[in-house]
Amino acid sequence: MGKTSHRGRIWVLQDRTRKLIEDIDTDQIFHNAFLYITEISEMGQHALGNLDGWKDFAAKARPGDILVAGRNFGAGSSRQQAVDCFISLKVCAILASSFSSIYFRNAVNSGLPVLRCGVLNELLSQRSLETGDEIEIDFLGGNGLNLSKNISFAVEPMSTVQWEIFREGNLFAFGRTFSRRS
Amino acid sequence: MGKTVIEKIIQAHTQDEVSPGKIVWMDLDVRSARDFGGPNVVKNYEREYGRLPLADRTKTFFTFDLCAPACTLRYADNQQACRDFALKHGVEVFDVDRGIGTHVLMEEGLTRPGSTAVGTDSHMNILGAVGCFGQGMGDVDITFAFRTGRTWFEVPETVKVMLRGTYKKPTTAKDLTLFLLKELGTKKIALRAAEFYGPAVAGLSLAGRLTLLSMVTEMAGIIGFIPESSNAARKEIEKYMGAPFSPVAADEKTSYADVLEINVQGLSPQVAAPFSPTNVKPISELRATKIDSGFIGSCTNGRFEDFVDAARVLKGRKVKKGIMLKVVPATRRVYEELLSRGIIEDLFESGAIIVNPGCGGCAEGHVGLTGKGEVQISTGNRNFAGKQGKGETYLASPAVVAASCVLGYIASPEDI
Repeated sequence: MGKTSHRGRIWVLQDRTRKLIEDIDTDQIFHNAFLYITEISEMGQHALGNLDGWKDFAAKARPGDILVAGRNFGAGSSRQQAVDCFISLKVCAILASSFSSIYFRNAVNSGLPVLRCGVLNELLSQRSLETGDEIEIDFLGGNGLNLSKNISFAVEPMSTVQWEIFREGNLFAFGRTFSRRS
Repeated sequence: MGKTVIEKIIQAHTQDEVSPGKIVWMDLDVRSARDFGGPNVVKNYEREYGRLPLADRTKTFFTFDLCAPACTLRYADNQQACRDFALKHGVEVFDVDRGIGTHVLMEEGLTRPGSTAVGTDSHMNILGAVGCFGQGMGDVDITFAFRTGRTWFEVPETVKVMLRGTYKKPTTAKDLTLFLLKELGTKKIALRAAEFYGPAVAGLSLAGRLTLLSMVTEMAGIIGFIPESSNAARKEIEKYMGAPFSPVAADEKTSYADVLEINVQGLSPQVAAPFSPTNVKPISELRATKIDSGFIGSCTNGRFEDFVDAARVLKGRKVKKGIMLKVVPATRRVYEELLSRGIIEDLFESGAIIVNPGCGGCAEGHVGLTGKGEVQISTGNRNFAGKQGKGETYLASPAVVAASCVLGYIASPEDI
């Protein structure tokens, strides 16, 4: 835990017209029919299970992959499963135009790097970012690099709290260091 | 520089200096978990903290409202796991008989103006209706809050929304809310707090405030407040709550991230078409859309006043043959009022199915899902694809849902 960058293959959550899908809600990410599940290892199979065109994501994802999404990703419910299902699949980061506030917190608290990127639409329209590309994100420096196409782009760096929670692993581990300090 | 409502509430709960964009550690007056999220909180707590005590058991609650009473084995197990944990730690459970957690916490007087409350319900910000900073959170956050009594929070910017004009029945707070969803979308107040001003909101009853502020979530906002109240509205809220109602007001010289003006003069009933709560149209554009079922209830429209609106349309009439109308009061207290005032009888006589209090049609399966091809009209707050089954859901006011169920197609009470 605590590495300052991640390199991985990306999945761009786009529709048939190649546009980033906006407002993807938690029922599309992890449907309420499976809310009874409390074991993270059982959650991965349902990831994106109710999102048109992406229902087979769990079968396609590989450990280390990165998700790229449109604005207001994770709208709707407060369910932690919508974050944990990606952790279950060992997805290592999510890059989005923006996140819903609850989703963002949940991801930060679970130690899943979520990073805002304001130029995703431009990168997509210029075909500078495509599913299958390998990219590297620097969590603190605010840089993204598409290694497959040798194109760099700006990413909003992690805030101090987000970085400290990620560095410790999750909110619980962070809380232990926090209570030692205060 | 003066502070906005949210900044003042947060400032009263932290040692840190509060300004928009700053992350502060905030004390929590209430932390709660539901039958969804709750079992995960219990599991997290026992794994992370074992036998360590809660920060304060008197500020910690469980509320069961999703699947009440449990109709699946998994929910039965999950609720029992929460009850066992609650017993061990001396925590109060508002059990499956009580209704929607946010409403129960409010009725119990636990979420006073100026207080802070978190829970595993994304509509926790509905508590803005009583001037409380409520916030929905995931099970990791809530576990941490159970143990420490606090949370980290990025102080949001605030948008001032000025509403010009007023409207008359059959237009209701739900129509106003849907219209604002159309106007504000999921961008204009996204990740920000909103303060709503103007006669159309100052005059809103408690039920109307709950309706509007519950759907700030669907606007992607953090929370909404109505800092100013008409005398009549304030008196109604004080009578219901049995306590003075003086919500936190923004300072006089305050700068907002944005100031928006929206004209609501003479607003007509509005309906949100599938598959987004922001896909809102005046009812005239959707009139005559055939429906198969209706739902009246949810945290957005589950109050006494909402069912009175519906009963006014349904009394002496019948739900059209072949149409199923499901009615779910928000809480046991609402249910009791409906019983004692004869409203339940009117609804029953019309052919409605009356279900015990809870989240009802919004949550998984409590009063049934929609099948493929089924068209539902609902007073709920979400109509995302697949949320309540494979059918299509339209969102509307209780009066519009009632009128639609009498006629068999989307209609305003004036069409009857």
